[in-house]
This record gives sequence, structure tokens and C-alpha cells, in this order.
Amino acid sequence: MKALITARGITKQFGATRALDGVDLDINAGEVHVLLGENGAGKSTLVKVLAGIHSHDEGTIEGEASLAVIHQELALVPELSVAENLFLNRLPRKFGFVDRAEMRRRAPELLDRVGLNVDPNAKVKDLGIAQQQMIEIARALDKDAGVLILDEPTAVLTDTETDRLLQIMAQLRDNGVGLVFITHHLDEIQRIADRITVLRDGRSVGVLGPRATTQHMIELMVGRPIEEQYPRARQRRGKPLLRISNFTRRGVFRDINIEVHAGEVVGIAGLVGAGRTEVARAAFGVDDYDYGSVEVDGKPLPRNNVQAAIKAGLGLVPEDRKGQGLVLTATVGQNLELATLANRDEKRLHDIAGKLRIKGRVEQPVKELSGGNQQKVVIGKWLLADPKVLILDEPTRGVDVGAKVEIYELINRMTAQGRAVLLVSSDLPEVIGMSDRVVVMAHGRVAGELPKDATQDQVMALAVQEISA
Amino acid sequence: MTTISSSRRTPQKFIAENGALAGLLLLALVIAIMQPTFLSAQNLVNVGVQAAVIAIMAFGMTFVVVAGGIDLSVGSIAALAAMVGALTAGPVGLVVGALCGLVNGALISYGKLPPFIATLAMLSVARGLTLVISEGQPHETDAVVTFLGSNLAPMVPLPLLLMLLFFGITGLILTRTNLGRRMYAIGGNEEAAKLSGIDVRKQKLWIYALSGLFAAAAGLVLAGRLGSAGPQAAAGYELDAIAAVVIGGASLSGGVGRATGTLVGALVLAVLRNGLNLLQVPPFWQQVVIGAVIALAALLDSLRRR
Repeated sequence: MKALITARGITKQFGATRALDGVDLDINAGEVHVLLGENGAGKSTLVKVLAGIHSHDEGTIEGEASLAVIHQELALVPELSVAENLFLNRLPRKFGFVDRAEMRRRAPELLDRVGLNVDPNAKVKDLGIAQQQMIEIARALDKDAGVLILDEPTAVLTDTETDRLLQIMAQLRDNGVGLVFITHHLDEIQRIADRITVLRDGRSVGVLGPRATTQHMIELMVGRPIEEQYPRARQRRGKPLLRISNFTRRGVFRDINIEVHAGEVVGIAGLVGAGRTEVARAAFGVDDYDYGSVEVDGKPLPRNNVQAAIKAGLGLVPEDRKGQGLVLTATVGQNLELATLANRDEKRLHDIAGKLRIKGRVEQPVKELSGGNQQKVVIGKWLLADPKVLILDEPTRGVDVGAKVEIYELINRMTAQGRAVLLVSSDLPEVIGMSDRVVVMAHGRVAGELPKDATQDQVMALAVQEISA
Repeated sequence: MTTISSSRRTPQKFIAENGALAGLLLLALVIAIMQPTFLSAQNLVNVGVQAAVIAIMAFGMTFVVVAGGIDLSVGSIAALAAMVGALTAGPVGLVVGALCGLVNGALISYGKLPPFIATLAMLSVARGLTLVISEGQPHETDAVVTFLGSNLAPMVPLPLLLMLLFFGITGLILTRTNLGRRMYAIGGNEEAAKLSGIDVRKQKLWIYALSGLFAAAAGLVLAGRLGSAGPQAAAGYELDAIAAVVIGGASLSGGVGRATGTLVGALVLAVLRNGLNLLQVPPFWQQVVIGAVIALAALLDSLRRR
């Protein structure tokens, strides 16, 4: 088999974290090579290194093949036509103007190769997400890419669309293209993979053949011993403080029932796109929902009303710290007081800043702080608001190990004070280690609930299960 | 908590944080050397009076810019308020100005229009209404409005005092009120503000209403100085107001801006106009110089932030 790209010993350091640590990867012609791993295992970093978006610190990459990456976020111009998008940046020209006739002539050939039957003159924004993805693939093929990397392309697709994509991938493989496929769905892997490289914590922990069992894949993926990095101090369970009932938003989540009691941490696990963040945001009143209800300490919350939610005693630490959690132009103090402007209390503010051990002055611009300290500021904002229930969405993403444990201690302190915590996290050891119960979501539904001593295999098995719609 | 030693106030840091002030002093120095009459008490008071109208308007604009928006309608609102004031009474003009701002805010908050478009529409509507109610004619102002543009005592013009009053109010609102703190939050990160329980839409109503109110006040001061309200009064002033805010170091992407910066920005424009007149630079060239100074100020600011 012809090797298109051979990567050896790839190492990539981001600040103090080693995102990739001596990873080997072979991409062969006519082969689908699956990259498997938890969120944060290093898959995306590896793809970015291969594509030349990131430079690597150590290791070698050899191979002549040109490479195209289909990212999860599509790189199409919605207002332009299908044909224009296909030839974006290298539009055929005649007398210095775009040669529309030539474009229209060549577009159907390309679309044929991915089996897409759409009008080349249609605007891209009028197409479905799956069709848009096919256009990206067609565009990559026109550049004669020898290697095609697909980064979680099926996360946004329906089952039939996924089937279609897998068919096209198989076709491309038969034509000698080398494919790298990133997905969390183990059943897809079993259908298409020729080889599976499993990444964990930036290392390649195993290369499996096409007949690998799900069990084996999960074991390799999560196989790390849980030590005392999750110092959960469990409390006696009190009265229910948060009750989410029959919560539904069409096409996003359905029939979600979650109850969190005083002194309790309930985790929500699941794959990216399972609808966890959407449930959290809707419960907090940021987004609307179709059916169901949210109660805080027995009091129903009006929909779409963040102010009422806060008043009732709910808080939300959003997943995107910089985009949603912080005002980066402001100081630490200004960020801390953001949720409590109506009754400011200088003394408590300094108190909280001290208790959180935020490394930085209250008057310092918050953007100068490290990720961990920034996250402590966002959490501190809510501690000042004194909530009964705090929803944490990916609270330790991009946070170093030391600050992680400090955040876990904060969670412990909150539940010791009789508050309730809803912990949304993609970090499996974390969500298992810090929760008293784990609710697993898949495809917008609750796939199951596991007790505190659940294993990662159990969680993953629920998270990747296919629920018939 | 660890403290960082650079928190001491050093001259370098002061200049870095007050680049506009340093620029203003340098500008004044150059003009004074070339034309010493610039420094006469009478002339300096004149500069203050000339700055007053733009400054008051720019203070209102500061709220909007800090909150991440823009208000193109302030010149027209000033004219409309002054005309309403001349035809009825001054306070009515203020109310009309605030109402115009409220409409801007409603279009932006609830109509989800971009501030540029909403206030551009108001620019046209308010100017048109001014022409309609005035029938295209200037109207004399009453004693109360005229008083706004007069001198309290020799060398003590009321517009100058009003400018300082509005400066104080602006500083107070920005730094000491919830509304002010929310402006910074909304302009700095609207999503974070929303997720922190700030009713962003309601706040924007007030912010644009304030801008309208300040523009109306500026319009009344202008009419008072001239003794009449003209249908084309304050045309194009919105651009000077925006320039003053930007020269003062505010960021058009929001979240940054101070009352002192805007005051300095308005003074820079006034000193420049006054100086160019004293130096007998032809008026056509004056426009070129003023434009160049605005670009220079913005450039320096963008370099400093890098």
C-alpha cells in the first residue's frame, strides 16, 4: 500500500500543556484511517499540525500528497452560488472576468463525483447542511487532494445523510484517496474504518484493525486510572432545588427530566452536540424552549428570562469563557460584580477574590489572567450572587491541573453550604469523579442515568448509543 | 493575591493612558509658539465656548460608543430640539430629544436594527421634522434659551459652565451608576452581559435616550448662543461628536471610553479650529488638517493598543 503521509514522533506544546506527545500516524492511499479519542485527546491538534495550521515542536512529517481538511464549521460563502463556492479563489476567467459558462460546465462534473444533485446556480445558504458538506468535499477533490481529512463531519448529519457520506467516503477510498476520519460514533467506525489510531492525552495509545470491538476501543480511549484528582466530598442530599421537567425544544432536545437536590452534584455527560449546553442555556432563560418547565426551589421560572432565573437563585457558568463568560475589556473586579450590580458590596467582592485565590489584582484587566484564573473570576461572579443552584458548563476546559482541583474544591464548598450543582462536562473522568449521579445525554435525549460509581465504559456506551428517532 | 509592581503611577504610564491629553497640550504649545495671542484669556474662553456644543453632544455619544453602538442622529436631534424649544419652550425641546433617542433605542433593541441604520434613519427624520415645523425658517429663541448661551459675568460664559456640568454628570453616570457599569459590560461583551442577568435591551433604550437628551441640550446651547434656532443648525455635528469620542480614546468596538477622554477630544477639535483661524489658514485647508489630525489620533491609539 502506498504511504501518502508519514508522521513520526509529532510533539506539540501549548504553554504548559503537551497537546501532542510523540504521535505516529500513517495515511495510506485507499484507506480510511480513523482518529479516535475523547474531547481534548489531541485529535484536532494533530489535524491542524498535519494541515500546517499549527507548527509542530518535534517530529517529522513526510509525504508529497496535497491535503484537504473538512472542518466541522464549514468554510463556504452562503451568499454565493454552488458553482462559485466550488471554484472559490480560482474562478475560471476570460478577458479578466469570471467565465460563468466554463464554471457552469465544470461544476456538474465535480458535483457528480460526490453524488450531489443540486443546481450549480443555487445559493449555498439555501442548501441543507449535509449538501453543504458535500460541496466542501467536492471542492477539495477538485484541488486533487490526495488526502482528505474529515473532522467530525457526521456530528451535524442525520442518519440517512451519514449513510450517504459513508458511501461517498468508501467510493473515494476505492479511487485511491487517503482518508482521515474523526468521529465519536463507534458504529460508524465499525462500518468504514480500515485502521484506527486511538489518542489519549496527546499520545497514541494503540492502533487497531477494522474488526476492533467497541469494548476494546472504549477501553483504550478512556483507560486511565482515576486517582484522587477528583476530591469529591459527598453531602447528605437535601430537598430538590432544581427540577427540569419534560423539557423539549424541537430538533434540539426532547423530554429531558433532571432533578438536582441540595448538597448534590449532578453531572451531564455526552458527546459534543448531544444537546447538553442547549438544555443548560434554555433552563437559565437564555434560549427559548417549546415544552416543559424549570423550577428552582419549588418556584417555576418564566421562560426566556435570565433576570428571573438569577433572582430565583440560578447561575450559569457558560462553556465559552471568553465569548460568553467575561468582559475582556474590563477588570477583574468589574467582571466579578457583573451579576450583582444592583447591590454592590466592595467588601464581599474583595473577600471572594481572596477566597478564590485569584492570581491578579481586582483592578487588573481580566485578559491578563491565565485561563484558570479567568474561570475562577466567572465562578466568583456567581458566588457573589449567592445562587441556590449553579450550572457549570465545561468549567475546566482549557484550565491547568492545579486550577482544576481548586475549581473542584469550590464545587465541594458550594454543596457543603447546601447549594446544588449541575455539572456539564465532556471530560469523562471529571464528570464521573465529581458527580453524585451522572445523566448521560445522546441525540438530544437522556440516554440513561448512572450512579456515582459508574465506569467510563458505561458512560461511553450510553453516549454513543443510537436512539431511533 | 499577588500584586504587580507596575501599578505605581509613573509619568510614562500617565501619558500612555492619556495620549489625547498629551496631544492636546502639544497642539496648544505649537499654536501658542506660532501665535501667542492664542494664550490670551479671552481667546481661551472662546475656545471653551466653541467646544461646548460638540462636547455636550459627544458626552452623550460616549455612552453609546462605550456600549458598542453609534448614534448618527445627534446633529439632527439637536436641531429639532432647538426648534421645538424656540417654538414652545426649552424643556419641551429636551423631552423631544430624549424621545427621539428612545425611538432609536427601541428600533435597535426590539427592532434588532443595527445602530448605524436606526440612527441614520433618525438623522433624516429629525432633520425633516425640523424643516416641517419651522417651515424652513429660523426662529428666535425665548429668554430662557437665550440665557443658556449668554455670559453669567464677564469672562464667565454659561456654555462653558454647562459643558463642565455635563462632563461631571457623564463621569458620574459612567463610573458610579449601574447604568454606566452596564454600558461597559454591554459594549465589552454583550453575550456575557446578557448571561450575567443584564437586561441588555432595556439598557440600550436608556443609553440612546440619554444620547438624545444630551444632543437636545447641546442644540439648545447652540441656539442660545446664536439667539435663534435654524432649520439647518448642527448639520454634520454628529461626525465631530464621534471624532471627539474617538480622539478621546474610546473604542468604536465598545467597552472602552471615559468622560475625560471625550472632553479632551472635544477640546482638541476646538483648539485646532481656533488655532487654524488665528494662523489664518484658509478654511478649505482647515478641513484637510482636521481630518488628518483625526486619522493621526486614531492611528496613534491603535499603535498603542498593539
